[in-house]
Amino acid sequence: MSTWEKIKRSQIYRSVFRHGYKDTKPNRMHQIVSNVFLHLHPTSVWRHATDIRFTWGMGGITFLLFIVLTVTGVILMFYYRPTAEYAYADIKYLEHDVPFGMFLRNMHRWAAHLMVITVWLHMLRVFLTGSYKPPREFNWVVGVMLLVLTLLLSFTGYLLPWDQLAMWAITVGTNMARATPFLGHEGPFGTELGMKADNDIRFLLLGGTQVGPPALLRFYVLHCIALPLLAVAFMIVHFWRVRKDGGISRPPEHE
Amino acid sequence: MEQFFHILTRPDNIPIAGMLLLVLFYYWLGISQAVKNDKYGVNRNIDKVHCWPYLTRIEFLATLLIMVILTVWSITIDAPLEELANPSKTPNPAKAPWYFLGLQEMLVYFDPWIAGVVLPTFIIIGLMAIPYLDLNPKGTGYYSFRQRRAAILIFSFGYLLWVALIIIGTFFRGPGWYFFYPWEEWDVHRIVAITNVDLPYLFGIRSYFWSSVFGGGVVLGYYSLGVFFYLYLKKKHAELMKNLGLLRYVIIAFLFLTMTALPMKMFLRIFFNIKYVWVTPWFNI
Ligand code: HEM
Repeated sequence: MSTWEKIKRSQIYRSVFRHGYKDTKPNRMHQIVSNVFLHLHPTSVWRHATDIRFTWGMGGITFLLFIVLTVTGVILMFYYRPTAEYAYADIKYLEHDVPFGMFLRNMHRWAAHLMVITVWLHMLRVFLTGSYKPPREFNWVVGVMLLVLTLLLSFTGYLLPWDQLAMWAITVGTNMARATPFLGHEGPFGTELGMKADNDIRFLLLGGTQVGPPALLRFYVLHCIALPLLAVAFMIVHFWRVRKDGGISRPPEHE
Repeated sequence: MEQFFHILTRPDNIPIAGMLLLVLFYYWLGISQAVKNDKYGVNRNIDKVHCWPYLTRIEFLATLLIMVILTVWSITIDAPLEELANPSKTPNPAKAPWYFLGLQEMLVYFDPWIAGVVLPTFIIIGLMAIPYLDLNPKGTGYYSFRQRRAAILIFSFGYLLWVALIIIGTFFRGPGWYFFYPWEEWDVHRIVAITNVDLPYLFGIRSYFWSSVFGGGVVLGYYSLGVFFYLYLKKKHAELMKNLGLLRYVIIAFLFLTMTALPMKMFLRIFFNIKYVWVTPWFNI
């Protein structure tokens, strides 16, 4: 009897692990179907879906980063108040006094940067494998929505530390909205349609004529509630469609 | 060079340098498989494997790897926090978040309504339209270049242009949004005499009215390249064009010419100091 067998038969081992895991076909399927999270998967997939050189795992990594951002983001919300009086001080407090506060903030920021990069790479792999072709056209469209939402999430979050970097990056970014044709007061045909600095589309976005406290609150609500909810909704459709469209795309049998 | 290294190692810029390397690596990974598949063919008899353990173990390992990277990154590099926001103190240069630097860079060449609103809208719509415009059924589900040369080249052009604009905006744009080479120090007092002229002026046209007409003609002429190409394709590839249909062709040609208009305008600006091609009382292009 091997040592491993001896350990497995000992009273202690058997008291902890009531029975072993037998690597059989039904067991492999049960592992997936009897777990609410793993049940996102089918019980079996095309072999090349497990080939890391094919999918690069990029969609999955993007999703993982979204989860990391949700968890760290919720904890950050305990310490952060979205008003001009407190926002900056709360970040300072977080950095210097909250245990692991700096670490938390770092992880939220770096995961956000990384997520933008991984969606970008995921899109590249989907394109290079021609995986947007029928029947997956619509899932590509959903994907583009997710790309836009990812960028908007990142953009709205950028303002929240309320430091010089944040305020001016958002100022540069939102200044372009002034020039929206028809809807911005500096855009073509804007003045003709009665657009002014205090009633055009940029005003709607910022709640003011410049990036001030109302903009901070608006971006906070968008960043923590509206956009994540939208992103989750689109992700649900995205994952569901991956399965409904027949799993990860594969070479047709004849061409 | 010191200045350049300073910018390169700014905490927020490290991911951008990383992105460049990752994009290059993954292009290599994708294209090298495409070349192999084009040469030797692909396996079309793919069988199924159980998710547990074959997929879940990869997910587990990938999760571990990413979490280790994030943890080490978060311990070693701190997120930046500058002074309190101050509306009366404009930094120079003021930069948009890095993923929007492509837009900010386009502002150099186009007015804000084009660079900041119209082009981004076309980019998003254009991306969404790809599956409905590319009717080539070949090359689904495996890396291939030979089967879809045009599609891959056009997409990569836009994809890499975006990356390039981000790199330029982050690392080569200094105070006043002037271009600085890596070996140049950022000079806040740099002033460059603006000698920009409009395209009609270059051709000796001085009257406002005729400038407008001329500029309009140039823009129209540029887009009518699509018409000539249509006639050419119809002669050479009649079958293909019949399948594609006129509407699809018009959309593809319009989006494609709009995309290439950016590098064209960059070229005109950099080498001929052209500010606008077309001036009108309402908008300038
Ligand atoms: C938040 C962003 C996104 C998440 C979390 C996500 C997640 C995923 C996941 C987990 C898969 C399974 C296969 C894989 O990992 O490659 C997938 C497939 C797919 N994704 Fe995404 N994705 C996102 C954004 C996008 C974008 C930007 C596009 C395209 C513009 C896109 C288009 C697709 C398509 C067409 C498939 C099916 C691929 C196939 O059948 O081979 N997704 N996505």
